[in-house]
Amino acid sequence: MSDLSLHTGRSGPLTRLSDWLWRNPRMLILLLLTPPALWLGIIYLGSLFALLAQSFFSIDEFSGLIVYEFTLKTYGELFTPANFDIIVRTVVMAAAVTVAAALISFPIAYYAARYAKGKWKAVFYLGVMLPLWSSYLVKVYSWKLILAKEGILNWLFEILHMKWLLEAYLAIPVIGGNSLSVSWTGTFLVFLYVWLPFMVLPIQASLERVPTSMLEASGDLGANPGQSFRYVLLPLALPGVIAGSIFTFSLTLGDYIIPQIVGSSRRFIGQAVYSYQGTAGNIPLAAAFAVVPIVIMGVYLWVAKRKGAFDAL
Amino acid sequence: MTSAVQFTGVSRHFGSVRAVDAVDIDIAEGEFFAMLGPSGSGKTTCLRLIAGFEQPTGGDIAIFGQSAKGVPPYKRHVNTVFQDYALFPHLNVRDNVAYGLMIAGRPKAERHRAAEEALELVALPGYGTRKPSELSGGQRQRVALARALINQPKVLLLDEPLGALDLKLREQMQEELKALQRKLGITFVFVTHDQGEALSMADRVAVFNEGKIVQVGRPEDIYYRPEVPFVADFVGSSNVLPPEVTEKLTGKRCHAALRPEALRISESGHVATVRATSFIGTATRVSLVMDDTPMVALIPKGQEIPAVGAQVNLSWQDEDLHLMEARS
Repeated sequence: MSDLSLHTGRSGPLTRLSDWLWRNPRMLILLLLTPPALWLGIIYLGSLFALLAQSFFSIDEFSGLIVYEFTLKTYGELFTPANFDIIVRTVVMAAAVTVAAALISFPIAYYAARYAKGKWKAVFYLGVMLPLWSSYLVKVYSWKLILAKEGILNWLFEILHMKWLLEAYLAIPVIGGNSLSVSWTGTFLVFLYVWLPFMVLPIQASLERVPTSMLEASGDLGANPGQSFRYVLLPLALPGVIAGSIFTFSLTLGDYIIPQIVGSSRRFIGQAVYSYQGTAGNIPLAAAFAVVPIVIMGVYLWVAKRKGAFDAL
Repeated sequence: MTSAVQFTGVSRHFGSVRAVDAVDIDIAEGEFFAMLGPSGSGKTTCLRLIAGFEQPTGGDIAIFGQSAKGVPPYKRHVNTVFQDYALFPHLNVRDNVAYGLMIAGRPKAERHRAAEEALELVALPGYGTRKPSELSGGQRQRVALARALINQPKVLLLDEPLGALDLKLREQMQEELKALQRKLGITFVFVTHDQGEALSMADRVAVFNEGKIVQVGRPEDIYYRPEVPFVADFVGSSNVLPPEVTEKLTGKRCHAALRPEALRISESGHVATVRATSFIGTATRVSLVMDDTPMVALIPKGQEIPAVGAQVNLSWQDEDLHLMEARS
């Protein structure tokens, strides 16, 4: 009995391992972190730097072979009118999708964070996540059918005798087209639908962290609901909005499938990368294109930080 | 003189829960009014009704004679110090304090001057550029107070503002709050579950239990002359004698209150058995049983402490036995 006064008497190889790790907490952290760190460092960052390195090479126009010499020539090619158009088009689309997603997500997320309890919270999570459970391609092709000239949306406009409205809209240059499924509006709608959960969830998470008393205090000090939103709720939820916008913005910047299935024939960055690295065999230009979203996101986050978007973190 | 805050039969029911049930209150202008009660007794809901965060389901609330029905919080000349302080984490101390003035559209220079004055009032001059997260609990409490005072409210509501502070700081803030209230002459409505706090600070105390006010009065009245057993027990930690015991002692059949410090262990008196003793610093708390009624006596330092299980004699002055004839 006396020798068991301190030790409970449990033993075995796993217990001994636990004991050893308990005495050496640093080893535990090392063991836990090494595999993911290797994964991140070698496979993820490594390939990213390999890509970056490729962008500083160029292609020999005559032979079509890659010249392994440092040059900024490939980056220069990005600024030819055709390529620069692709960049501008993609950035405008990504920005539009992000803004629209934030506008739609905020009320949903606010409701979920503030009012939904128990069963309704489950309904909210299910409603937001359910679209993520089905294949991305299935969703995009479904949208193509919905937006097509023979699709349900057209049919709906027709039976409501509002076809003229849709036609007037499609007649607008740039955003219109023959039908919604071959217009940029169609591309925009599908992007918005597919990325929306990635905006709703971070905003909801950030709103959950804003205590009700914060809004009450604002109202108590004379702020009407609009002012409370502007000066308290939005600044406090901003990290969530920024997190969501990182998802929607970068996912739109890099996607090459949606604009290929729904939209006009004019290309986005993702499609450019896809075609340059594939059939065209111009890896350096594909790499240079791939660097554009990274630079844009870097600048975006830097500006957001400068503007104090993360002060509430 | 019109009342600062007047409740007429005010109720706030949440479904079948009667958080506040037919409450009448009359708070005079310039008064330091405490609402005291255990958690869930409805005191905080009453405060939220005054602030406008909750709407009554029955009755009417008047603030300076004007009905508050349908008036949103941001239109009331009432400001609140929140239990969790609710300081805005993304703003520095100065912008927190000046928030009300910023909302009112005052120019920046005026805002900064007023904020600095308010910070001086709560003994935090020069803290304007710090973030709330850099302050201690007591300092945050002062910032919350300065922020609530900057709009020069007619009524200041304080929701357990000292609850999160340690004992020493709490006692210091009690004195400061009271001095501040005297200086500014604003009506203070103070919610607390700490009877000592309510008694030491307030001009009048309303004791809440289960959504109703069971007694309103000056602290001395509440403490020495409880009207119902609940007040005797909750506020004074008094011994409450059931009607049968009181009848044996006095011939009157009603509840009676007997303060622990009024009890003495002496040569003769009423027989009681000692159950437990505990040292509490300034005195020793002795739990006894007299006539099947649990009792507590406080024995001052220096007197002999009876052993557990001993038979002792309890005595007290006749005037210390307070009969609760009115409402029992």
